[in-house]
Amino acid sequence: MTPRGRIGAWLAMIAIVGGSALAADPPPVARPPAAPSPALEARLKNLETELRCLVCQNQTLADSNADLAGDLRREVRELALAGRNDAEIRDYLVARYGDFVLYDPPLKRTTWLLWFGPFVLLLGGGVVWWQVLQRRQRASASAPTHDSAAEARARALLEDEPPASSPARDATARAAPRRKR
Amino acid sequence: MIPELGHFALIVALLVAATQGIVPMLGAARNHRRMMALARPAARMQFALVAIAFACLAWSFASNDFSVQNVAANSNSELPLHYRIAATWGSHEGSLLLWALMLTGWSCAVSVFSRNLPDALAARVLSVMGLISVGFLLFLLFTSNPFARLLPPAPEGRDLNPLLQDPGMVFHPPLLYMGYVGFSVAFAFALAALIGGRLDATWARWSRPWTTVAWAFLTTGIALGSGWAYYTLGWGGWWFWDPVENASFMPWLTGTALIHSLAVTEKRGAFRSWTVLLAILAFSLSLLGTFLVRSGVITSVHAFATDPARGVFILAFLAIVIGGSLALFAWRAASVGLGGSFALVSRESMLLANNIVLVVAMASVLLGTLYPLFLDALDLGKISVGPPYFDAVFYPLLAPAVFLMGVGPITRWNRAAVPELAARLKWALAVALVSALLLPFVLGRWSPLIAFGLFLALWLFATTAVNLWQRIKGSHRGTLWARLAANPASYYGMLLAHFGVGLFIVGVTLVKGYEIERDVRLDVGQRVDVGPYEFAFLGVTPAPGPNYRALVGTVEVRRNGQLIETLHPEKRVYNASGQTMTIAAIDTAVSGDRYVSLGEPVGGDGASAGAWGVRIYLKPFVDWIWLGAFVMALGGFVAVSDRRYRLAVRRRLGALAGAAAGE
Amino acid sequence: MTGSSTKLLRWSIPLAVFVVLLAFLWVGLGRDPREIPSPLIGKPAPAFQLVQLHDPGKTLATSDLKGKVWLLNVWASWCVSCRVEHPLLLQLAKTNAVPVYGLDYKDKADDALAWLAQHGNPYTASIVDSDGKVGIDYGVYGVPETFLIDKAGVVRYKQIGPLTIEALQQKILPLVRQLQQ
Repeated sequence: MTPRGRIGAWLAMIAIVGGSALAADPPPVARPPAAPSPALEARLKNLETELRCLVCQNQTLADSNADLAGDLRREVRELALAGRNDAEIRDYLVARYGDFVLYDPPLKRTTWLLWFGPFVLLLGGGVVWWQVLQRRQRASASAPTHDSAAEARARALLEDEPPASSPARDATARAAPRRKR
Repeated sequence: MIPELGHFALIVALLVAATQGIVPMLGAARNHRRMMALARPAARMQFALVAIAFACLAWSFASNDFSVQNVAANSNSELPLHYRIAATWGSHEGSLLLWALMLTGWSCAVSVFSRNLPDALAARVLSVMGLISVGFLLFLLFTSNPFARLLPPAPEGRDLNPLLQDPGMVFHPPLLYMGYVGFSVAFAFALAALIGGRLDATWARWSRPWTTVAWAFLTTGIALGSGWAYYTLGWGGWWFWDPVENASFMPWLTGTALIHSLAVTEKRGAFRSWTVLLAILAFSLSLLGTFLVRSGVITSVHAFATDPARGVFILAFLAIVIGGSLALFAWRAASVGLGGSFALVSRESMLLANNIVLVVAMASVLLGTLYPLFLDALDLGKISVGPPYFDAVFYPLLAPAVFLMGVGPITRWNRAAVPELAARLKWALAVALVSALLLPFVLGRWSPLIAFGLFLALWLFATTAVNLWQRIKGSHRGTLWARLAANPASYYGMLLAHFGVGLFIVGVTLVKGYEIERDVRLDVGQRVDVGPYEFAFLGVTPAPGPNYRALVGTVEVRRNGQLIETLHPEKRVYNASGQTMTIAAIDTAVSGDRYVSLGEPVGGDGASAGAWGVRIYLKPFVDWIWLGAFVMALGGFVAVSDRRYRLAVRRRLGALAGAAAGE
Repeated sequence: MTGSSTKLLRWSIPLAVFVVLLAFLWVGLGRDPREIPSPLIGKPAPAFQLVQLHDPGKTLATSDLKGKVWLLNVWASWCVSCRVEHPLLLQLAKTNAVPVYGLDYKDKADDALAWLAQHGNPYTASIVDSDGKVGIDYGVYGVPETFLIDKAGVVRYKQIGPLTIEALQQKILPLVRQLQQ
C-alpha cells in the first residue's frame, strides 16, 4: 500500500468505533496470467521492497544478494506471471514464513498498539498541551505577585535606589535577565 | 609495548574518572573549594589519558601490528593508510574507545569553557560526566578490551569490511559520536541542576550552547551517514528506518525539542521541568542506542558482533544511569515551581506544541523500532516493522511541526493576537499554497502528496522571508546593513536552520515523488531511455586496485543527443575477504542525480564481452536532502557564535560591570 | 499536599515507562531476533512429490507417508552445521524410534551421495529438492532444519538449526511417542 493509502486506512480505522472482526479473505480469483512488461517489473520491484530477506541483516528482498532472496524473488515473479495479485503473493509468503516476511506489519489485534499508538500519543499530547495552558492561566490568575520581593528589587534598581531587603534565594526565583531581548 | 601503554592509560583514566565522579560532587555538597576544584584538572587529565590510549590503538592499526587482536580482525596491510586509521573505530571495541574519547573530550571542553559557571555547578556537571566515563571505561576494560593481544600474531589481517573502506568511514562515526555523546553535557547540566536545586533561566543559558553544538554535530553525522549509504549501497536509498539509524534519529528529535525548550527556559523561565526531562531523555536515547547496536536484541547491518555479557553490562549501566536520573527527576521536579504564565496563542504555547509533536514523533519511532522485540518477549509472534510503517506514521506527524515552525518565530512571547498573526502570515500562506499547487505541473506530474510536501517547504521559505522582512522593516536603524547587523547571530542561526529544514523537505518530496528506477539487461553497445536521458552501456573492463580487483563499467549519459557525462560503476572483489562490493557511479547536479550501478553479469562469469544487468536511477533534487541537513547544522553553529556566548565579550562586560559597581 | 503528590506521580511517569522498557529489553536479551518460528505448526505439511536420491527412478510423496509419524530433515552436502547434528541423526536412526527422511536442499546429487557415503546415511530415504521450491513451501530459510509430522500429515514441531540432544530428549521424542499411540 502507498503511504497515502495507508494513511487513509489508518484514519478510516480510527473512525470505526469498536473493532469488528476482520472478514476472512475470499479465495483467490482465477485470473489470466500476466505478461512480462515494465508495469509488471515496477509492480514486482514495489512488492520486493516491502518483503524482507529472511537471512539478511535487515534488508529487503529487492536489495539482497543472498541465495534465498534470489529464490524468493523468482517465486514472487512466477506467482505474478501466473496472475496472482499483490495481496495473494503476500499471503503466499506469510503462509510459509509468517508475518516476519512483511516489512509492512499487518493490522491485527497484536499490532493495534503499533498502528494506533502514535495517533493516540498525539491526541494525548494535545490533551497535555491544553492542560498545561489551562494550569498556567489558573496559576497566573490566582497568584499575581508571588514574586513581589523580586519585583520590588527590580523597581528599586531601575530607579537607582538601594534595595530594601536582601535578595531572595529560593530555587523558584526567576533570575533577572542580563540583557533584555 | 604500545598496546600495553594504551591499556595502562585506560586503567589510569578509569581511576581518574572515578575520582572526578566522586570528589567534586562531595565537594559541592559540602561547599569544599579544594574538592570542587579537583574537577577541572581531573577532566583534562582523563581526556589526555584516553587520547593516549586512542593514539596507541590508532598507531597499532597504522603500523599493521597484527599481534593486537582488534587489528588482526579489522585491518590488512594492503589497506590504504587512511582506512587503517579509520579501522580504529571500525569494530565494537574501537568504536567504544571512540565513544570514550568523545566523552572525555566534551568533559575537557566543559572544564575549559566554564569559567563563568558557579563552582558548585561546574563541579557537579563534571562529576556526572566523570561517572558516565567510569561506566564506559569499566565496560571497555572488562568486556571489550581493544588492546587484547593475539599470540602468536596473525601473519595478515582479515581486512576492514569493504563497505567501510570509504571516506564516509573517516568522517561519519567521529562526527556522529561528537553529537551523540555531546548530549551528555546537557544531561550533566540537567542532573547538576536537579542535585543542586537551582533550576532557572541562567542554568538554561549555560546549558544552551553546549546542547546546540552537540545537536549540530549530530545533524551533520546523520546526514553524512545517509549520504554515504546512498552512494555506497548501490540501490539509491538514503534512509531505511533501520534500528541503528533510528537509534541516532531519536536523540536528534529529542535534541531538537530540547534546544527549543531551552530557548523558552532561558528567555521566559518557563518549561524548566520539561527542559530537564528532555535533556535526560536525549542522552538516555543515546545510551539506549548504544545498547541496541551492541547487544544483539535487534537485527541490523550496522550492528556489531554480539556477546551476551556485553548486553547485560550495558543494560545494567542503562538501568543505573537512566533509572537513577529519572528517579532523581521524579523526586526533585515535583518541588520546582511553575514558571511564568503565557496565553493560549503565544510563542511559548507554540514551542510547547512543537516539543510535544517532536516527542510524539520520537516515541513513534521508538515504538516501531522496539515493537518486534515487545511481541517476541510476550510470545506473541515475530513481525517486522520497516519503512512502510515508519513512512506512514512519521510524515503525517511532521506536518504539524513544520507548520508550527513557520508560525512560531513570528509569534510574540507571552501573548500574541491571532488577527495580528494572521495578517503577518497571510502573504506567506498564499504564496506557499499557490506555488505548491502549481509547481508539480511544471515538474512533471501532479500528486496531492507532492503538492503537500512542497507546500510545507515553501511555507518555511515564505515565513522565514516574512520574519526577516518584518525585522528589517520594524528596525529603527538607518541603513539596511545596520538593520541586519542589529540582529544577534542566534537569530540568523534560527533562520538558517529553519531554511535548511525547508531545503530538506524539498529534497525528500521531489525525490520520492519523481524518482525513476530501471533495472535493465544491457548488451555491450545497447542503449536505453530513462526519463529525458539516454544511457549507453559500453561494456566492462578489469582494473586492479590497492587491495581489490575491479570490473569497471562504462556508461555514457546523453540528453538531446549531447554527451553529458561518462559514468564508471564498478564491481569490486576485495583480496583479503573475497567480498564483493557494488560501487555506484553518480552524476550529481543541483537538479538531481543520475545514478548507475552494475547488477549481475548475464551468464554469470563477468567476462568483459558479455551483457550485464544495469540499474539506472534518476533521483531529482536528492542532494537537497543533505544540503538541507548541512544548512540546519550550519544554523546551529551560527547560533552558538552569538555574542552573548563569546568569552572575550563576557569578560569585558564583566569588567565593565565590576567597574560600574565599584563607583 | 495533594498538589505536590500529584506532581510527584506525574513526573514519575517517565521512570515507570523506563522500568517497563527495561524489563522488555532484559527479556529481549535472551531472544534471537533472527529466529523465525514456523507458521506451519498445526497445519498440514505441504505436499511434495520428489525424486529419491538413491533411486532416481522412483519418487516419494507426502501421501506415501500418511499413517506414519516421521521426521523431515533438511540437509545439504555444502552445509557445515549439518555435520554437527549428523552423529545424532545416525544414533536416532539406529534406535528406530522414528523414521527420518532427508530433504536434500539445493544440492547436486553426486555431492549428496558422496557426502552420505562418507558420513553415514541415517535416512530411510532422501529426496532431492534441487531448486529449493519444496524448501520454500516448508518455510525453510537455513540449513539444517527438522520437521516432525504426524500420522495425519500435520506438522507438529520444527527444529531450527542443528538437532541437539536436549531438543530430542525433551521435545521431539516425547512428542513422537505421544503421536505414535
